[in-house]
Amino acid sequence: MAECHPVGFQWVMEAKARGAKIIHIDPRFTRTSAVSDMHVPLRAGTDIVFLGGIIKYILDNEKYFKEYVVAYTNAATLVNKDFQDVDDLDGVFSGYDEETASYDPSSWAYDGHEDTGAAQGVVSDGQDGDQGSEKEKDSSSGHEMGNKGANLEHSKVERDETLQHPRSVFQVLKRHYARYTPELVEEVCGVPAEQFLQVCEDVTANSGRERTTAWVYSVGWTQHTVGAQYIRGSAIIQLLLGNMGRPGGGIMALRGHASIQGSTDIPTLFNLLPGYLPMPSAGTHDSLEDYITSIGSPGQKGFWTKADTYVVSFLKAWFGDNATKDNGWGFDWLPRINGDHGTYQTVMDMLDDKVEGYFLLGQNPVVGSAQGRMQRLAMPHLKWLVVRDLQLIESATFWKDGPEIATGEMRTEDIQTEVFFFPAASHVEKEGTFTQTQRLVQWRHKAVEPPGDARSELHFFFHLGRMLRERYAGSTLDRDKALLNITWDYPTHGETQDPSGEHVLQEINGRYLTGEKAGQPLPFFTEMKADGSTDGGCWIYCGVYAEGVNQAARRKPGNEQNWLGPEWGWAWPANRRVLYNRASADPDGKPWSEKKALVWWDEQTERWTGHDVPDFPVTKAPSYRPAEGTSGPEGLAGDDPFIMQADGKGWLFAPSGLMDGPLPTHYEPHESPVKNPMYRQQSNPTRKVFEREDNMSHPSAGEPGSDVFPYVFTTYRLTEHHTAGGMSRWLPYLSELQPEFFCEVSPELAAERELQHLGWATIVTARTAVEARVLVTDRMTPVRFGKDQVVHQIGLPYHWGVGGDAVVSGDSANDLIGLALDPNVFIQEGKAATCDIQPGRRPTGPDLLRYVEEYRRRAGVTVTSGNTLRNAREDA
Amino acid sequence: MTAEPNAVTREGQPEHRPGEQALTGQPPAAQAGRAGGRRKGGRKGGRRDEHVMVPDATFTSYYGRPILKASPWEKDIPAYLFMGGLAAGSSLLAAGGDLTGRPALRRTGRLGAITGLSLSMVALVHDLGRPARFINMLRVAKPTSPMSVGTWILTAYGPFAGLAAASELRGLLPRALRCGLPGALLQLAGRPAGIVAAGIAPAVAGYTAVLLSDTATPTWHDAHGHLPFVFVGSASAAAGGLAMLAAPVAQTGPARRLALGGAVLELVVERQMERAMGITAEPLHQGTAGRLMRASKLLTAAGAAGTALLAGRSRPGAALAGAALLLGSVCTRFGVFEAGQASAKDPRYVVVPQRERLAARAAAGS
Amino acid sequence: MTALDGLPPEGHSLYGPLADPAHDAGWVQDPQPRKGFFTDTSVCIGCKACEVACKEWNAVPDDGMNFLGSSYDNSGALGASTWRHVKFIEQPKSLGRQDAGMAGTPAGPAASDVLNRTSESALLGDLTTLGTTNEVALAPPVDLGMPSTVLPGQQDGAQRTDFRWLMESDVCKHCTHAACLDVCPTGALFRTEFGTVVVQDDVCNGCGYCVPACPFGVIDRRIGEKGVTKNEGVAQKCTLCYDRIGDGLEPACAKACPTKSIQYGDVDELRERAQKRVDALHASGVHDARLYGENMHDGVGGLGAFFLLLDEPEVYGLPPDPVVTTKDLPAMWKRAGLAAVGMLAGAVVVFASGSRG
Repeated sequence: MAECHPVGFQWVMEAKARGAKIIHIDPRFTRTSAVSDMHVPLRAGTDIVFLGGIIKYILDNEKYFKEYVVAYTNAATLVNKDFQDVDDLDGVFSGYDEETASYDPSSWAYDGHEDTGAAQGVVSDGQDGDQGSEKEKDSSSGHEMGNKGANLEHSKVERDETLQHPRSVFQVLKRHYARYTPELVEEVCGVPAEQFLQVCEDVTANSGRERTTAWVYSVGWTQHTVGAQYIRGSAIIQLLLGNMGRPGGGIMALRGHASIQGSTDIPTLFNLLPGYLPMPSAGTHDSLEDYITSIGSPGQKGFWTKADTYVVSFLKAWFGDNATKDNGWGFDWLPRINGDHGTYQTVMDMLDDKVEGYFLLGQNPVVGSAQGRMQRLAMPHLKWLVVRDLQLIESATFWKDGPEIATGEMRTEDIQTEVFFFPAASHVEKEGTFTQTQRLVQWRHKAVEPPGDARSELHFFFHLGRMLRERYAGSTLDRDKALLNITWDYPTHGETQDPSGEHVLQEINGRYLTGEKAGQPLPFFTEMKADGSTDGGCWIYCGVYAEGVNQAARRKPGNEQNWLGPEWGWAWPANRRVLYNRASADPDGKPWSEKKALVWWDEQTERWTGHDVPDFPVTKAPSYRPAEGTSGPEGLAGDDPFIMQADGKGWLFAPSGLMDGPLPTHYEPHESPVKNPMYRQQSNPTRKVFEREDNMSHPSAGEPGSDVFPYVFTTYRLTEHHTAGGMSRWLPYLSELQPEFFCEVSPELAAERELQHLGWATIVTARTAVEARVLVTDRMTPVRFGKDQVVHQIGLPYHWGVGGDAVVSGDSANDLIGLALDPNVFIQEGKAATCDIQPGRRPTGPDLLRYVEEYRRRAGVTVTSGNTLRNAREDA
Repeated sequence: MTAEPNAVTREGQPEHRPGEQALTGQPPAAQAGRAGGRRKGGRKGGRRDEHVMVPDATFTSYYGRPILKASPWEKDIPAYLFMGGLAAGSSLLAAGGDLTGRPALRRTGRLGAITGLSLSMVALVHDLGRPARFINMLRVAKPTSPMSVGTWILTAYGPFAGLAAASELRGLLPRALRCGLPGALLQLAGRPAGIVAAGIAPAVAGYTAVLLSDTATPTWHDAHGHLPFVFVGSASAAAGGLAMLAAPVAQTGPARRLALGGAVLELVVERQMERAMGITAEPLHQGTAGRLMRASKLLTAAGAAGTALLAGRSRPGAALAGAALLLGSVCTRFGVFEAGQASAKDPRYVVVPQRERLAARAAAGS
Repeated sequence: MTALDGLPPEGHSLYGPLADPAHDAGWVQDPQPRKGFFTDTSVCIGCKACEVACKEWNAVPDDGMNFLGSSYDNSGALGASTWRHVKFIEQPKSLGRQDAGMAGTPAGPAASDVLNRTSESALLGDLTTLGTTNEVALAPPVDLGMPSTVLPGQQDGAQRTDFRWLMESDVCKHCTHAACLDVCPTGALFRTEFGTVVVQDDVCNGCGYCVPACPFGVIDRRIGEKGVTKNEGVAQKCTLCYDRIGDGLEPACAKACPTKSIQYGDVDELRERAQKRVDALHASGVHDARLYGENMHDGVGGLGAFFLLLDEPEVYGLPPDPVVTTKDLPAMWKRAGLAAVGMLAGAVVVFASGSRG
């Protein structure tokens, strides 16, 4: 965190000053470790074993917060009798289909919900048949979960509050993590049992009624073929320890850069609409009713049952008066998806000439994305490419100075792609908002005019839309209806005709359209209606413009308000600073501890009150119990704090919504130097792999040739640079601080491979080879695997790229990374893969290709190597 | 910090903001004293205990980087030191020659002085980062700045040395001027100007030692007790040497005596200096500086011997000895300069002596 | 006011404790409290925001793109174009009760060593046929020259000991007795009303005398392209943001520091704060903590910008016992005077003595 979020880290330092103990778990000793109380180096890609070990410790030593767990989690809920765990099936959960390498999650469902899960994770291999040899499946429904729990048919569940029932989630959990002993942690993660137990003691001693512990992760944690399950692992720990919805608790996701949270709330993702409404899928969401039902079944508890109000208000915001009840509020004008259209799929579609044009907005994929080579080789297949950035990034100049020009794989004169470069306004040169990981929306005022032709994204898209609408005016084609019917009336100002950002924010907030309040902004999303009498671009942001005031622009100093700073900016939903904060009080509505009071039930006023905005129906008494079969918000009992969950409980066990299992279970990374010691199944059996000539993987541990790539490498960022360098490598003041691409190796590895400090090293994978200066440092340490095997790890910061325009350039670490994706969110495994390292510089020109080819030959790499999804069982 | 700095009561949170007081390695309240107890017996601290003041043989540094900055000066400065000394000594000989009726000695001295002075001024200005701003030297007079003092000394010395030289060269003036008032005035001014210049000259020769010593450069600073004597000695030897080279033996008796005395003074005091300096004398024996210092000793000694034995009898002998002394003086100035530069670039000459100083103080204290 | 520098100094102006250096320099009317930095290295996270903020505010040019490999330090040293410099030190030592997680981790070659070597030798063959530049192949790993002298892993099977990563943001010390200021012959360097030391870049003629005079190697003459590089040929260093503090703003580096490792304020108050901080660190088991430059009785009369260090000063590239050179200046003048008089006397003697001819 100190490395990549030094400014936010000031609050960690303040927490330290208040007596908090900081534990840093990372393969590398970073600037964060330097000031932490404890650093735990572990083998990259083994986090589930570490987290599972903590879960077992909590359960075995009864360190869990019993009242909290029983009342607020699904620990007591009974699971379907058909459910079978990985230990019974040699590494997969029940419902695994070897054909499609995906799960039918119905057997994970709660008792009495057997048929629910089937709606999830629809297997649709057929419809993507043209994906050639790719093991392709539509798992975007897992992707859609965004930040909400999956839906359930109804909220009726069987519970055993003694937690003794063998099919209770609690007992399932116990059995599942029974094998995650300190010894296993030591064997798999390379963390000494002694140190691991110290972590367990610290975390549990600092949790419970009187104390709370927070977990913080950076997006690197998600970049694994089991990324989503890492986060689930920490969520289980936090629920067991009662650290959710309470002050000082929670799980913080540190984002890669400013407003990444905002870009999922009001998304730039192919399969989400604003407010985590799913993008309609062809076939499954053909009618508005099907669509709304798929979001939140009328039978379940919680606020997703009001999805119809969110959807209709959203459609009214987009299509205004053109959206009527008769035309289904314009639902048919929304685009449909029919599978994975994620960034990597799109790049492969480019290679297959399925993509004509491409917009790059503040993104430098040829450096910042995995498989940089594939990215560069794909772009010449485009007819046109639009790059909007502060600088002439490598993605805009690949056609003249990309490394594939040097290897002779591309010739500038052959490239027909027309590249348009638009200089972009930086964040200080435009108005708008940042939404950070805490869901805090903060308004930015424009500090200076952008230089020259630089313009904001808002300016670009507003005028692009305006011009397109002019071009298509009068068209009667169905396909143009969406464009022509959309409301596009933002007022502009200034000589550059800048659209008003405040106006956009007002549209996002939503308005009353009829009645005496017509035209006024909505105060809160519960005011949204499904009858077209309200609009609102993003239901969770409803209230950001309450009372006609830009709430996000509030900047009252911390010392003039309470410690939560409710009047600094605005947090969605409804300016709540701590989500699910009903859980900070006990079932009777009293704070669990007077030292940890956040919101509580006030007997006098019969309302929920406290420091934070209660994340609960404010007049619903703790004692309230809904009548049998009541659904929606009314269905929430007075002690159901997780109001967005289909059963009002925190999910220790996920009965649906995940593509790769209801519980985190350890799989080795797609590429690993060691065999999975837990079962024959080596890696995530549902991970998304691509059997392509340009995306070859290394043989898994034990297979012949795997020793050709004996080392683990992990990529990361440095404080001095920003992601792919567009905002740092063009600035001398930042570039001089880290001028060259380097690899961090331990003295042990340096000795083993005869790498010379400050010399050059060549790092090789089946994808390509890159060269980097050698930085030998004690901060890198080998870790043990099992008894006698030592695993060396290589650190590679990924900021540099090959090009001619930046102040500093160099090979890109991401070129080394192949594509093997998490099945839930399709994120690449960028933080743990295997490689070889050799002293000296890499070959140049065509020699580079021969050099890598020679490696592939020696390792026997093929399109299928390393891509076995289900490892054969004894009896098979 | 309050007992529960992280408490959040119904009343809210204590306003106390601990700010920058974060501590690392604090065991949580839960297991005070327990954390960090693991893994004793690891090599504690590696090299040395924090509180022992005795410097270890292998001193510590930051990646071996210099602690000090070597002066940005180039060859100009040692050249300036030599020329200044030569000028100073020459003025003395000129005045003496003038008063004791040794015209050749007087002429050599006056011309040597003005040449040395001019060249030294050129070197001084050329070395500036902004030569055009040389004049800013005259904004202030700072006793704490040897360079400021030196500037004023030269400002005082220059005109008189110049006047003396001019009167020497009045023969070159066009006839009209030579026989006119200017010529007459120059003739009159010659002697008093020469005497004043000679009065200031020793300061010119002496202050340059302070110029070097008044720095953090270890070898220069540690030499401060002796360096002035080495420099005036070197200046005397050089000036005498020049006279022996340029003037007839018959008139250079005093010059020879001055040269001999200067040479002996330089050689003797330089020895004492090195003994007094300790480790920071090392650079005087190493690398370029070492070679220059050895050459300087050799040439000065030979020159001195030559002066004593030959110079009185044969003109070539005198010339030879004089040249040796001149070269010896050049080597001394360049040697001392280079040694200082080297000492600034090696953290050893900063850390070790200062550690010894601290150790001594600690010993005295305890 | 630079004329004030020309006045003969009273004795204690050259060294020893000084109540108010600004007053000593002639700021007698409406005295300002002495301003300075307390840099607490125990909370530094090495983000280098101070280096960048300093250059942004003071328009200091970049100092060259040099990969130094000194841990994460690629700036090297303070100089004319680096006024804040963050140092990184990796040591096999413990930081208080911190558990670095390094002790006991395996060292020495990996189990799969033999396999790798064979495939490697095969590969090296290929490399040569491919004609790659393999200049550093087979060269032994070098000592990093870091304070930690032993490279774990050099000895097979050896185990790691403790480990800590120290960071320190270095800066001009704004000495109570500033040698750079004392020796400046033009008065370009002057003592401000805040007791800080600042170069007037329009007065400095680049004589370079301040450079060897500084006992910390801070100030330097800027090298660059004549007429292009700003202040080329002129002595440059930290001004403690003279143009900010005059307006009641804190210096750019302190403003940018996210963890308050760099604290700006009245030196007296900072000294008290620093002492409390050291006591707290000692109490928490960080016995290495010590203050550097806060003592008014040291060789430079105490520093306006002083530090809390976690190891000996020289580990951070700081002199362990700096003394302002002008402390010895009176002695130097005496000796020089003596030498000069001696020279004069000598001249008289050589003419007086001996026979004519």
